Amino acid sequence: MPEPAVLISGLEMQYGAKRAVDGLSMQVDRGSITAVLGPNGAGKTTTLETCEGYRRPQAGTVRVLGLDPHRQRSALLPRIGVMLQAGGAWSGVRAMEMLDHIAALHAHPLDTAMLNDRLGLADCGRTPYRRLSGGQQQRLGLAMALVGRPELVFVDEPTAGMDPQARRTTWELLEEIRADGVTVVLTTHHMDEAERLADQIHIIDRGRLIASGSPTDLTSGGRSATIRLVVTRPFPDGAPESLRSELGHEAEVTQLDDRSMLITGPADGGTLGTVSRWCEMHDVLPESLTLGRATLEDVFLSLTGRELAG
Amino acid sequence: MTNIDQGHRLTQRPELERPEIVQTGLLRQSLSITRRNLIHIKRMPEMLMDVTIQPVMFVLLFAFVFGSSISIDTDSGYKAWLLGGIMAQTVAFSSFIVAVGLTADLEKGIVDRMRSLPINPAAVLIGRSISSLMHSSIGLVVMSLTGLLIGWRIHTNVAEAALGYLLLVGWGFAMIWIGILAGSKMRSVEAVNGVMFATMFPITFLANTFAPTDNMPPWLRVVAEWNPISSLTQAVRELWGNDYPLRDDAALPLQHPILATIIWIVVLTAIVAPLAIRTFNKRTAS
Repeated sequence: MPEPAVLISGLEMQYGAKRAVDGLSMQVDRGSITAVLGPNGAGKTTTLETCEGYRRPQAGTVRVLGLDPHRQRSALLPRIGVMLQAGGAWSGVRAMEMLDHIAALHAHPLDTAMLNDRLGLADCGRTPYRRLSGGQQQRLGLAMALVGRPELVFVDEPTAGMDPQARRTTWELLEEIRADGVTVVLTTHHMDEAERLADQIHIIDRGRLIASGSPTDLTSGGRSATIRLVVTRPFPDGAPESLRSELGHEAEVTQLDDRSMLITGPADGGTLGTVSRWCEMHDVLPESLTLGRATLEDVFLSLTGRELAG
Repeated sequence: MTNIDQGHRLTQRPELERPEIVQTGLLRQSLSITRRNLIHIKRMPEMLMDVTIQPVMFVLLFAFVFGSSISIDTDSGYKAWLLGGIMAQTVAFSSFIVAVGLTADLEKGIVDRMRSLPINPAAVLIGRSISSLMHSSIGLVVMSLTGLLIGWRIHTNVAEAALGYLLLVGWGFAMIWIGILAGSKMRSVEAVNGVMFATMFPITFLANTFAPTDNMPPWLRVVAEWNPISSLTQAVRELWGNDYPLRDDAALPLQHPILATIIWIVVLTAIVAPLAIRTFNKRTAS
Protein backbone atom coordinates (compact mmCIF):
# COMPACT_ATOMS: atom_id res chain seq x y z
CA MET A 1 0.00 0.00 0.00
CA PRO A 2 1.72 3.20 -1.10
CA GLU A 3 1.73 6.15 1.23
CA PRO A 4 -1.28 8.41 0.64
CA ALA A 5 -0.66 11.66 -1.22
CA VAL A 6 -2.38 13.67 1.47
CA LEU A 7 -3.21 12.59 4.98
CA ILE A 8 -5.05 14.97 7.27
CA SER A 9 -6.07 14.06 10.77
CA GLY A 10 -7.93 16.14 13.29
CA LEU A 11 -7.13 19.45 11.57
CA GLU A 12 -8.44 22.50 13.36
CA MET A 13 -8.16 26.08 12.16
CA GLN A 14 -9.77 29.07 13.75
CA TYR A 15 -9.86 32.73 12.66
CA GLY A 16 -10.88 34.84 15.63
CA ALA A 17 -14.22 33.49 16.76
CA LYS A 18 -14.87 31.66 13.51
CA ARG A 19 -13.97 28.01 13.39
CA ALA A 20 -13.01 27.43 9.75
CA VAL A 21 -11.88 23.82 10.06
CA ASP A 22 -13.20 21.75 12.91
CA GLY A 23 -11.49 18.41 13.42
CA LEU A 24 -11.21 17.46 9.75
CA SER A 25 -9.69 14.12 8.80
CA MET A 26 -9.34 12.86 5.26
CA GLN A 27 -7.07 11.00 2.92
CA VAL A 28 -6.15 11.41 -0.74
CA ASP A 29 -4.82 8.42 -2.67
CA ARG A 30 -1.97 8.76 -5.13
CA GLY A 31 -2.87 8.99 -8.78
CA SER A 32 -6.45 9.94 -8.13
CA ILE A 33 -8.55 13.01 -8.67
CA THR A 34 -10.05 13.89 -5.35
CA ALA A 35 -12.70 16.56 -5.03
CA VAL A 36 -13.24 18.47 -1.82
CA LEU A 37 -16.85 19.50 -2.17
CA GLY A 38 -18.69 21.91 0.01
CA PRO A 39 -20.58 25.20 0.09
CA ASN A 40 -18.72 28.53 0.21
CA GLY A 41 -17.16 29.02 3.61
CA ALA A 42 -17.05 25.31 4.41
CA GLY A 43 -13.30 25.42 5.01
CA LYS A 44 -12.14 24.06 1.65
CA THR A 45 -9.65 26.79 0.85
CA THR A 46 -8.25 26.88 4.38
CA THR A 47 -7.70 23.12 4.25
CA LEU A 48 -5.94 23.41 0.91
CA GLU A 49 -3.79 26.31 2.09
CA THR A 50 -2.70 24.22 5.06
CA CYS A 51 -1.70 21.38 2.70
CA GLU A 52 0.27 23.87 0.60
CA GLY A 53 2.16 25.10 3.66
CA TYR A 54 0.69 28.63 3.63
CA ARG A 55 -0.84 28.06 7.05
CA ARG A 56 0.35 26.16 10.08
CA PRO A 57 -2.23 23.74 11.53
CA GLN A 58 -3.47 25.00 14.90
CA ALA A 59 -4.25 21.41 15.91
CA GLY A 60 -4.01 18.06 14.19
CA THR A 61 -1.52 16.90 11.60
CA VAL A 62 -1.20 17.32 7.85
CA ARG A 63 1.14 15.23 5.71
CA VAL A 64 1.57 15.81 2.00
CA LEU A 65 3.63 13.20 0.12
CA GLY A 66 4.76 12.12 3.58
CA LEU A 67 6.10 15.58 4.44
CA ASP A 68 5.03 18.23 6.90
CA PRO A 69 4.00 21.08 4.56
CA HIS A 70 5.02 23.76 7.04
CA ARG A 71 8.30 22.44 8.45
CA GLN A 72 9.49 20.61 5.34
CA ARG A 73 8.22 23.17 2.91
CA SER A 74 11.37 23.48 0.84
CA ALA A 75 11.45 19.72 0.28
CA LEU A 76 7.76 19.65 -0.62
CA LEU A 77 7.43 22.66 -2.94
CA PRO A 78 9.43 21.21 -5.87
CA ARG A 79 7.05 18.24 -5.89
CA ILE A 80 3.70 20.01 -5.85
CA GLY A 81 1.88 22.49 -8.05
CA VAL A 82 -0.53 25.07 -6.71
CA MET A 83 -3.30 26.82 -8.58
CA LEU A 84 -4.37 29.88 -6.62
CA GLN A 85 -8.01 30.85 -6.44
CA ALA A 86 -7.33 34.30 -7.90
CA GLY A 87 -4.62 36.80 -8.65
CA GLY A 88 -0.94 36.08 -8.45
CA ALA A 89 -0.02 37.89 -11.64
CA TRP A 90 0.83 41.48 -12.50
CA SER A 91 -1.97 43.21 -14.35
CA GLY A 92 0.23 44.27 -17.25
CA VAL A 93 2.15 41.04 -17.72
CA ARG A 94 1.56 39.12 -20.95
CA ALA A 95 0.19 35.61 -20.46
CA MET A 96 3.09 33.84 -22.11
CA GLU A 97 5.67 35.95 -20.28
CA MET A 98 4.07 35.15 -16.94
CA LEU A 99 4.20 31.45 -17.67
CA ASP A 100 7.81 31.71 -18.89
CA HIS A 101 8.72 33.59 -15.73
CA ILE A 102 7.24 30.88 -13.52
CA ALA A 103 8.91 28.22 -15.68
CA ALA A 104 12.30 29.93 -15.23
CA LEU A 105 11.94 29.49 -11.47
CA HIS A 106 11.69 25.69 -11.85
CA ALA A 107 14.56 23.30 -12.44
CA HIS A 108 12.93 21.18 -15.16
CA PRO A 109 9.93 23.05 -16.50
CA LEU A 110 7.67 21.75 -19.22
CA ASP A 111 7.81 23.37 -22.62
CA THR A 112 5.69 26.46 -22.05
CA ALA A 113 4.66 26.90 -25.69
CA MET A 114 3.27 23.36 -25.72
CA LEU A 115 1.50 23.90 -22.40
CA ASN A 116 -0.05 27.16 -23.59
CA ASP A 117 -1.16 25.47 -26.76
CA ARG A 118 -2.75 22.56 -24.90
CA LEU A 119 -4.63 24.94 -22.65
CA GLY A 120 -5.95 26.93 -25.59
CA LEU A 121 -3.97 30.00 -24.57
CA ALA A 122 -1.85 30.20 -27.71
CA ASP A 123 -3.99 32.99 -29.16
CA CYS A 124 -3.68 35.20 -26.13
CA GLY A 125 0.00 34.67 -25.34
CA ARG A 126 0.71 38.37 -25.83
CA THR A 127 -2.44 39.62 -24.11
CA PRO A 128 -1.87 41.46 -20.82
CA TYR A 129 -3.20 39.55 -17.81
CA ARG A 130 -5.86 42.15 -16.98
CA ARG A 131 -7.40 41.74 -20.44
CA LEU A 132 -7.70 37.95 -20.26
CA SER A 133 -11.20 36.60 -19.64
CA GLY A 134 -11.93 34.94 -16.31
CA GLY A 135 -11.64 31.53 -17.93
CA GLN A 136 -8.34 32.39 -19.60
CA GLN A 137 -6.93 33.63 -16.29
CA GLN A 138 -7.98 30.33 -14.70
CA ARG A 139 -6.30 28.33 -17.45
CA LEU A 140 -3.14 30.36 -17.11
CA GLY A 141 -3.30 29.66 -13.37
CA LEU A 142 -3.55 25.96 -14.12
CA ALA A 143 -0.62 26.17 -16.53
CA MET A 144 1.46 27.84 -13.81
CA ALA A 145 0.58 24.99 -11.45
CA LEU A 146 1.60 22.33 -13.98
CA VAL A 147 4.73 23.85 -15.50
CA GLY A 148 7.07 22.46 -12.85
CA ARG A 149 6.07 18.79 -13.48
CA PRO A 150 4.46 18.27 -10.07
CA GLU A 151 3.56 14.87 -8.60
CA LEU A 152 0.58 16.43 -6.90
CA VAL A 153 -1.43 19.50 -7.83
CA PHE A 154 -3.81 21.47 -5.68
CA VAL A 155 -6.40 23.32 -7.68
CA ASP A 156 -8.77 25.70 -5.96
CA GLU A 157 -12.06 26.14 -7.84
CA PRO A 158 -10.44 25.34 -11.20
CA THR A 159 -13.37 26.19 -13.42
CA ALA A 160 -14.78 29.25 -11.66
CA GLY A 161 -15.78 31.83 -14.25
CA MET A 162 -15.31 29.52 -17.23
CA ASP A 163 -17.75 28.97 -20.05
CA PRO A 164 -18.97 25.38 -20.62
CA GLN A 165 -16.46 24.79 -23.42
CA ALA A 166 -13.49 25.90 -21.30
CA ARG A 167 -14.77 23.82 -18.38
CA ARG A 168 -14.76 20.69 -20.50
CA THR A 169 -11.25 21.42 -21.79
CA THR A 170 -10.03 21.87 -18.22
CA TRP A 171 -11.69 18.66 -17.08
CA GLU A 172 -10.07 16.75 -19.94
CA LEU A 173 -6.72 18.23 -19.01
CA LEU A 174 -7.09 17.20 -15.39
CA GLU A 175 -8.06 13.67 -16.47
CA GLU A 176 -5.06 13.59 -18.71
CA ILE A 177 -2.60 14.51 -15.99
CA ARG A 178 -4.17 11.86 -13.78
CA ALA A 179 -3.47 9.34 -16.55
CA ASP A 180 0.14 10.48 -16.29
CA GLY A 181 0.22 9.49 -12.64
CA VAL A 182 -0.29 12.93 -11.13
CA THR A 183 -2.51 13.24 -8.10
CA VAL A 184 -5.07 16.04 -8.31
CA VAL A 185 -6.83 17.60 -5.34
CA LEU A 186 -9.49 20.10 -6.30
CA THR A 187 -12.03 22.11 -4.42
CA THR A 188 -15.36 22.89 -5.92
CA HIS A 189 -18.90 23.73 -5.05
CA HIS A 190 -20.21 22.35 -8.34
CA MET A 191 -21.66 18.86 -7.94
CA ASP A 192 -21.46 18.13 -11.64
CA GLU A 193 -17.75 18.87 -11.61
CA ALA A 194 -17.11 16.54 -8.70
CA GLU A 195 -19.40 13.86 -10.12
CA ARG A 196 -17.82 14.00 -13.56
CA LEU A 197 -14.16 14.21 -12.55
CA ALA A 198 -13.48 12.77 -9.16
CA ASP A 199 -12.48 9.26 -8.20
CA GLN A 200 -13.09 10.19 -4.62
CA ILE A 201 -15.23 12.91 -3.12
CA HIS A 202 -14.95 14.38 0.34
CA ILE A 203 -17.95 16.46 1.26
CA ILE A 204 -17.19 19.03 3.92
CA ASP A 205 -19.51 21.40 5.67
CA ARG A 206 -18.75 23.85 8.48
CA GLY A 207 -15.18 22.60 8.66
CA ARG A 208 -16.09 18.95 9.12
CA LEU A 209 -16.01 15.95 6.83
CA ILE A 210 -19.59 14.75 6.48
CA ALA A 211 -19.26 12.10 3.78
CA SER A 212 -16.60 10.41 1.68
CA GLY A 213 -16.69 8.01 -1.19
CA SER A 214 -16.69 7.61 -4.92
CA PRO A 215 -19.46 9.40 -6.80
CA THR A 216 -21.24 6.07 -7.30
CA ASP A 217 -20.95 5.14 -3.62
CA LEU A 218 -22.35 8.47 -2.58
CA THR A 219 -25.32 8.40 -4.92
CA SER A 220 -25.84 4.61 -4.66
CA GLY A 221 -24.97 4.31 -8.32
CA GLY A 222 -28.24 5.82 -9.46
CA ARG A 223 -30.17 2.92 -7.95
CA SER A 224 -31.89 5.24 -5.56
CA ALA A 225 -34.41 7.86 -6.40
CA THR A 226 -35.18 11.12 -4.75
CA ILE A 227 -38.54 12.64 -4.41
CA ARG A 228 -39.07 16.25 -3.52
CA LEU A 229 -42.44 16.85 -2.02
CA VAL A 230 -43.77 20.36 -1.67
CA VAL A 231 -47.19 20.83 -0.12
CA THR A 232 -49.70 23.66 0.04
CA ARG A 233 -50.06 23.87 3.83
CA PRO A 234 -47.43 23.17 6.51
CA PHE A 235 -47.00 19.49 7.37
CA PRO A 236 -48.82 18.17 10.45
CA ASP A 237 -46.63 17.40 13.49
CA GLY A 238 -44.64 14.19 13.24
CA ALA A 239 -45.05 14.02 9.48
CA PRO A 240 -41.48 12.85 8.65
CA GLU A 241 -41.65 10.03 11.21
CA SER A 242 -45.02 8.84 9.99
CA LEU A 243 -43.88 8.87 6.35
CA ARG A 244 -40.66 7.07 7.26
CA SER A 245 -42.55 4.24 8.97
CA GLU A 246 -44.77 3.96 5.93
CA LEU A 247 -41.80 3.69 3.55
CA GLY A 248 -39.74 1.20 5.49
CA HIS A 249 -36.09 1.13 6.43
CA GLU A 250 -34.72 1.54 2.90
CA ALA A 251 -35.87 5.11 2.57
CA GLU A 252 -34.65 8.32 4.15
CA VAL A 253 -36.82 11.31 4.86
CA THR A 254 -35.45 14.79 5.47
CA GLN A 255 -37.70 17.70 6.24
CA LEU A 256 -36.28 20.78 4.48
CA ASP A 257 -38.77 23.33 5.79
CA ASP A 258 -42.37 23.32 7.00
CA ARG A 259 -43.72 22.76 3.49
CA SER A 260 -41.10 20.58 1.79
CA MET A 261 -39.43 17.22 2.28
CA LEU A 262 -36.74 15.21 0.52
CA ILE A 263 -37.29 11.48 0.30
CA THR A 264 -34.54 9.13 -0.86
CA GLY A 265 -35.44 5.55 -1.56
CA PRO A 266 -35.18 2.65 -4.02
CA ALA A 267 -35.72 3.71 -7.63
CA ASP A 268 -38.95 1.86 -8.23
CA GLY A 269 -42.57 2.87 -8.55
CA GLY A 270 -43.30 1.74 -5.00
CA THR A 271 -41.74 4.70 -3.27
CA LEU A 272 -43.68 7.25 -5.30
CA GLY A 273 -46.90 5.28 -4.79
CA THR A 274 -46.35 5.13 -1.04
CA VAL A 275 -45.68 8.87 -0.84
CA SER A 276 -48.85 9.81 -2.70
CA ARG A 277 -50.91 7.34 -0.65
CA TRP A 278 -49.47 8.85 2.53
CA CYS A 279 -50.48 12.34 1.33
CA GLU A 280 -54.03 11.21 0.72
CA MET A 281 -54.25 9.46 4.11
CA HIS A 282 -53.02 12.52 5.99
CA ASP A 283 -55.07 15.02 4.03
CA VAL A 284 -51.93 16.69 2.66
CA LEU A 285 -52.30 18.36 -0.71
CA PRO A 286 -49.11 18.15 -2.80
CA GLU A 287 -48.20 21.30 -4.67
CA SER A 288 -45.44 19.50 -6.51
CA LEU A 289 -43.95 16.04 -6.43
CA THR A 290 -40.69 15.64 -8.35
CA LEU A 291 -38.93 12.38 -8.91
CA GLY A 292 -35.28 12.14 -9.91
CA ARG A 293 -32.14 10.09 -9.74
CA ALA A 294 -30.23 10.86 -6.54
CA THR A 295 -27.45 13.40 -7.17
CA LEU A 296 -24.67 14.65 -4.98
CA GLU A 297 -26.82 17.68 -4.34
CA ASP A 298 -29.45 15.40 -2.78
CA VAL A 299 -26.77 13.61 -0.78
CA PHE A 300 -25.62 16.93 0.58
CA LEU A 301 -29.19 18.03 1.29
CA SER A 302 -30.08 14.88 3.14
CA LEU A 303 -26.86 15.14 5.18
CA THR A 304 -27.16 18.78 6.14
CA GLY A 305 -30.71 19.83 5.35
CA ARG A 306 -29.27 22.75 3.36
CA GLU A 307 -28.71 23.47 -0.29
CA LEU A 308 -25.13 23.14 -1.51
CA ALA A 309 -24.98 25.78 -4.19
CA GLY A 310 -25.43 29.45 -3.58
CA MET B 1 -9.27 8.62 -22.67
CA THR B 2 -7.91 10.18 -25.81
CA ASN B 3 -4.68 9.02 -27.32
CA ILE B 4 -1.99 11.48 -26.60
CA ASP B 5 1.26 11.65 -28.40
CA GLN B 6 4.00 10.83 -25.90
CA GLY B 7 5.95 13.94 -26.81
CA HIS B 8 2.92 16.02 -25.95
CA ARG B 9 2.31 14.55 -22.55
CA LEU B 10 2.00 17.18 -19.92
CA THR B 11 3.90 15.30 -17.28
CA GLN B 12 6.03 12.22 -17.18
CA ARG B 13 4.96 9.13 -15.34
CA PRO B 14 7.01 9.06 -12.14
CA GLU B 15 8.36 5.59 -12.92
CA LEU B 16 9.43 6.64 -16.39
CA GLU B 17 11.84 9.49 -16.86
CA ARG B 18 10.74 12.03 -14.35
CA PRO B 19 13.78 14.24 -13.85
CA GLU B 20 14.91 14.68 -10.31
CA ILE B 21 13.13 17.80 -9.25
CA VAL B 22 15.42 20.15 -7.43
CA GLN B 23 15.40 23.82 -6.59
CA THR B 24 17.11 26.27 -8.86
CA GLY B 25 19.86 28.35 -7.27
CA LEU B 26 19.14 31.51 -5.31
CA LEU B 27 21.18 33.59 -7.77
CA ARG B 28 19.24 32.34 -10.77
CA GLN B 29 15.94 32.92 -8.95
CA SER B 30 16.90 36.44 -7.89
CA LEU B 31 18.11 37.42 -11.34
CA SER B 32 15.00 35.98 -12.91
CA ILE B 33 12.84 38.11 -10.64
CA THR B 34 15.06 41.15 -11.21
CA ARG B 35 14.69 40.73 -14.95
CA ARG B 36 10.94 40.51 -14.61
CA ASN B 37 10.84 43.72 -12.54
CA LEU B 38 13.00 45.51 -15.10
CA ILE B 39 10.65 44.44 -17.90
CA HIS B 40 7.94 46.29 -15.99
CA ILE B 41 9.98 49.46 -16.17
CA LYS B 42 10.49 48.93 -19.89
CA ARG B 43 6.71 48.49 -20.35
CA MET B 44 5.85 51.48 -18.23
CA PRO B 45 8.62 54.03 -18.69
CA GLU B 46 6.57 56.50 -16.66
CA MET B 47 7.73 54.49 -13.62
CA LEU B 48 11.10 56.16 -14.19
CA MET B 49 9.72 59.66 -13.67
CA ASP B 50 10.85 59.63 -10.07
CA VAL B 51 14.48 59.27 -11.10
CA THR B 52 14.40 61.33 -14.29
CA ILE B 53 11.97 64.20 -14.68
CA GLN B 54 11.46 64.79 -10.97
CA PRO B 55 15.12 65.22 -9.93
CA VAL B 56 15.97 67.13 -13.09
CA MET B 57 13.11 69.46 -12.28
CA PHE B 58 14.51 69.84 -8.76
CA VAL B 59 17.96 70.61 -10.13
CA LEU B 60 16.60 73.27 -12.44
CA LEU B 61 14.17 74.78 -9.93
CA PHE B 62 16.70 75.03 -7.14
CA ALA B 63 19.59 76.02 -9.37
CA PHE B 64 17.76 78.87 -11.02
CA VAL B 65 15.11 79.93 -8.47
CA PHE B 66 17.12 79.67 -5.26
CA GLY B 67 20.51 79.70 -6.90
CA SER B 68 20.32 83.40 -7.56
CA SER B 69 19.91 84.23 -3.87
CA ILE B 70 22.16 81.57 -2.28
CA SER B 71 25.81 82.25 -2.82
CA ILE B 72 28.24 79.41 -2.30
CA ASP B 73 31.93 80.08 -2.23
CA THR B 74 33.12 77.54 -4.81
CA ASP B 75 34.43 77.86 -8.35
CA SER B 76 31.22 76.87 -10.07
CA GLY B 77 28.89 78.22 -7.41
CA TYR B 78 25.56 76.96 -6.09
CA LYS B 79 24.64 74.74 -9.04
CA ALA B 80 27.66 72.48 -8.67
CA TRP B 81 27.27 72.43 -4.90
CA LEU B 82 23.57 71.58 -5.19
CA LEU B 83 24.02 68.53 -7.35
CA GLY B 84 25.49 66.38 -4.57
CA GLY B 85 22.47 67.22 -2.41
CA ILE B 86 19.95 66.28 -5.06
CA MET B 87 21.75 63.02 -5.78
CA ALA B 88 21.64 62.17 -2.06
CA GLN B 89 17.93 62.94 -2.04
CA THR B 90 17.32 60.73 -5.06
CA VAL B 91 19.03 57.69 -3.55
CA ALA B 92 17.19 58.30 -0.27
CA PHE B 93 13.99 58.08 -2.28
CA SER B 94 14.98 54.63 -3.52
CA SER B 95 13.30 53.39 -0.35
CA PHE B 96 10.10 54.67 -1.96
CA ILE B 97 10.65 52.57 -5.06
CA VAL B 98 11.21 49.39 -3.09
CA ALA B 99 8.26 50.03 -0.79
CA VAL B 100 5.81 50.77 -3.60
CA GLY B 101 6.96 47.77 -5.64
CA LEU B 102 6.77 45.41 -2.70
CA THR B 103 3.34 46.59 -1.55
CA ALA B 104 2.01 46.22 -5.08
CA ASP B 105 3.38 42.66 -5.24
CA LEU B 106 1.79 41.84 -1.90
CA GLU B 107 -1.53 43.39 -2.92
CA LYS B 108 -1.71 41.55 -6.22
CA GLY B 109 -0.89 38.17 -4.73
CA ILE B 110 2.48 37.98 -6.51
CA VAL B 111 4.22 37.21 -3.24
CA ASP B 112 1.68 34.43 -2.54
CA ARG B 113 2.29 33.06 -6.01
CA MET B 114 6.06 33.10 -5.43
CA ARG B 115 5.58 31.33 -2.12
CA SER B 116 3.93 28.42 -3.94
CA LEU B 117 7.07 27.94 -6.03
CA PRO B 118 10.17 25.95 -5.12
CA ILE B 119 12.28 29.05 -4.60
CA ASN B 120 14.11 30.63 -1.70
CA PRO B 121 11.75 33.20 -0.13
CA ALA B 122 14.66 35.66 -0.07
CA ALA B 123 14.74 35.68 -3.88
CA VAL B 124 11.66 37.91 -3.98
CA LEU B 125 13.36 40.51 -1.78
CA ILE B 126 16.75 40.24 -3.47
CA GLY B 127 15.19 40.56 -6.91
CA ARG B 128 13.17 43.56 -5.81
CA SER B 129 16.27 45.17 -4.25
CA ILE B 130 18.52 44.68 -7.27
CA SER B 131 15.95 46.09 -9.68
CA SER B 132 15.33 49.06 -7.36
CA LEU B 133 19.07 49.78 -7.10
CA MET B 134 19.30 49.72 -10.89
CA HIS B 135 16.28 51.99 -11.03
CA SER B 136 17.99 54.49 -8.72
CA SER B 137 21.25 54.21 -10.65
CA ILE B 138 19.47 55.41 -13.76
CA GLY B 139 18.63 58.51 -11.73
CA LEU B 140 22.30 59.05 -10.86
CA VAL B 141 23.25 58.89 -14.53
CA VAL B 142 20.48 61.27 -15.59
CA MET B 143 21.44 63.75 -12.90
CA SER B 144 25.13 63.60 -13.71
CA LEU B 145 24.30 64.44 -17.31
CA THR B 146 22.01 67.28 -16.24
CA GLY B 147 24.77 68.51 -13.94
CA LEU B 148 27.30 68.52 -16.74
CA LEU B 149 24.90 70.66 -18.78
CA ILE B 150 24.51 73.30 -16.08
CA GLY B 151 28.17 73.55 -15.18
CA TRP B 152 28.80 70.86 -12.53
CA ARG B 153 32.19 69.19 -12.85
CA ILE B 154 34.16 66.63 -10.85
CA HIS B 155 37.43 68.32 -9.87
CA THR B 156 39.16 65.33 -8.25
CA ASN B 157 40.57 62.05 -9.55
CA VAL B 158 38.83 58.95 -10.88
CA ALA B 159 39.17 56.99 -7.62
CA GLU B 160 37.58 59.72 -5.52
CA ALA B 161 34.87 60.27 -8.10
CA ALA B 162 34.07 56.56 -8.11
CA LEU B 163 34.05 56.44 -4.31
CA GLY B 164 31.45 59.21 -4.36
CA TYR B 165 29.16 57.16 -6.61
CA LEU B 166 29.87 54.05 -4.54
CA LEU B 167 28.75 55.82 -1.36
CA LEU B 168 25.54 56.88 -3.10
CA VAL B 169 24.81 53.31 -4.21
CA GLY B 170 25.72 52.01 -0.74
CA TRP B 171 23.27 54.49 0.71
CA GLY B 172 20.65 53.20 -1.72
CA PHE B 173 21.34 49.71 -0.36
CA ALA B 174 20.62 50.82 3.22
CA MET B 175 17.46 52.56 2.02
CA ILE B 176 16.21 49.32 0.45
CA TRP B 177 15.71 47.86 3.92
CA ILE B 178 13.67 50.85 4.98
CA GLY B 179 11.65 50.32 1.82
CA ILE B 180 11.10 46.64 2.60
CA LEU B 181 10.07 47.52 6.13
CA ALA B 182 7.58 50.17 4.96
CA GLY B 183 6.35 48.00 2.07
CA SER B 184 5.67 45.02 4.36
CA LYS B 185 3.97 47.16 6.96
CA MET B 186 1.63 49.18 4.74
CA ARG B 187 -1.56 47.75 3.31
CA SER B 188 -1.78 49.74 0.08
CA VAL B 189 0.36 51.59 -2.42
CA GLU B 190 -1.50 54.81 -1.50
CA ALA B 191 -0.56 54.38 2.17
CA VAL B 192 3.08 53.83 1.22
CA ASN B 193 3.09 56.97 -0.89
CA GLY B 194 1.50 59.01 1.89
CA VAL B 195 3.75 57.83 4.69
CA MET B 196 6.97 57.85 2.70
CA PHE B 197 6.28 61.31 1.34
CA ALA B 198 5.48 62.68 4.77
CA THR B 199 8.70 61.30 6.26
CA MET B 200 11.36 61.15 3.56
CA PHE B 201 10.62 64.59 2.16
CA PRO B 202 11.30 66.58 5.34
CA ILE B 203 14.26 64.34 6.21
CA THR B 204 15.95 65.10 2.90
CA PHE B 205 15.24 68.84 3.24
CA LEU B 206 16.29 69.16 6.87
CA ALA B 207 19.92 68.84 5.86
CA ASN B 208 22.64 70.52 3.88
CA THR B 209 21.14 69.22 0.64
CA PHE B 210 19.65 72.42 -0.78
CA ALA B 211 20.90 75.18 1.47
CA PRO B 212 23.98 75.50 3.70
CA THR B 213 23.40 74.78 7.38
CA ASP B 214 25.64 77.67 8.45
CA ASN B 215 22.89 80.23 8.83
CA MET B 216 20.21 77.98 10.35
CA PRO B 217 19.08 78.69 13.96
CA PRO B 218 21.46 76.82 16.31
CA TRP B 219 19.05 73.99 17.29
CA LEU B 220 18.01 73.38 13.69
CA ARG B 221 21.61 73.46 12.60
CA VAL B 222 22.43 70.64 15.05
CA VAL B 223 19.57 68.53 13.73
CA ALA B 224 20.50 69.19 10.10
CA GLU B 225 24.19 68.49 10.56
CA TRP B 226 23.61 65.22 12.39
CA ASN B 227 21.11 64.16 9.75
CA PRO B 228 22.68 61.16 7.95
CA ILE B 229 21.71 62.69 4.60
CA SER B 230 24.03 65.61 5.40
CA SER B 231 27.00 63.28 5.91
CA LEU B 232 26.32 61.63 2.58
CA THR B 233 25.91 64.96 0.80
CA GLN B 234 29.06 66.39 2.37
CA ALA B 235 31.04 63.22 1.52
CA VAL B 236 29.98 63.35 -2.10
CA ARG B 237 30.78 67.05 -2.37
CA GLU B 238 34.21 66.53 -0.86
CA LEU B 239 34.98 63.54 -3.08
CA TRP B 240 33.98 65.49 -6.19
CA GLY B 241 35.60 68.74 -5.14
CA ASN B 242 32.35 70.74 -5.00
CA ASP B 243 32.56 71.62 -1.30
CA TYR B 244 33.62 74.77 0.45
CA PRO B 245 35.47 74.94 3.79
CA LEU B 246 33.29 73.97 6.74
CA ARG B 247 32.80 76.21 9.73
CA ASP B 248 35.06 75.15 12.60
CA ASP B 249 32.08 74.35 14.83
CA ALA B 250 30.41 72.02 12.28
CA ALA B 251 29.07 68.79 13.77
CA LEU B 252 31.40 65.82 14.06
CA PRO B 253 29.90 63.73 11.19
CA LEU B 254 30.46 66.61 8.79
CA GLN B 255 34.14 66.82 9.80
CA HIS B 256 34.62 63.17 8.72
CA PRO B 257 31.79 62.73 6.22
CA ILE B 258 33.10 59.65 4.36
CA LEU B 259 33.66 57.64 7.52
CA ALA B 260 30.36 58.91 8.97
CA THR B 261 28.48 57.85 5.83
CA ILE B 262 29.97 54.36 5.90
CA ILE B 263 29.07 54.05 9.58
CA TRP B 264 25.52 55.23 8.87
CA ILE B 265 25.13 52.69 6.06
CA VAL B 266 26.35 49.85 8.27
CA VAL B 267 24.33 50.89 11.31
CA LEU B 268 21.10 51.52 9.40
CA THR B 269 21.39 48.18 7.61
CA ALA B 270 22.24 46.31 10.81
CA ILE B 271 19.22 47.72 12.61
CA VAL B 272 16.62 47.91 9.87
CA ALA B 273 17.41 44.77 7.84
CA PRO B 274 16.49 42.20 10.53
CA LEU B 275 13.41 44.25 11.40
CA ALA B 276 12.39 44.44 7.74
CA ILE B 277 12.85 40.72 7.17
CA ARG B 278 10.86 39.93 10.29
CA THR B 279 8.02 42.23 9.24
CA PHE B 280 8.01 40.76 5.73
CA ASN B 281 7.91 37.19 7.05
CA LYS B 282 5.15 38.06 9.48
CA ARG B 283 3.11 39.74 6.75
CA THR B 284 3.44 36.78 4.41
CA ALA B 285 2.96 34.08 7.05
CA SER B 286 -0.73 35.05 7.35
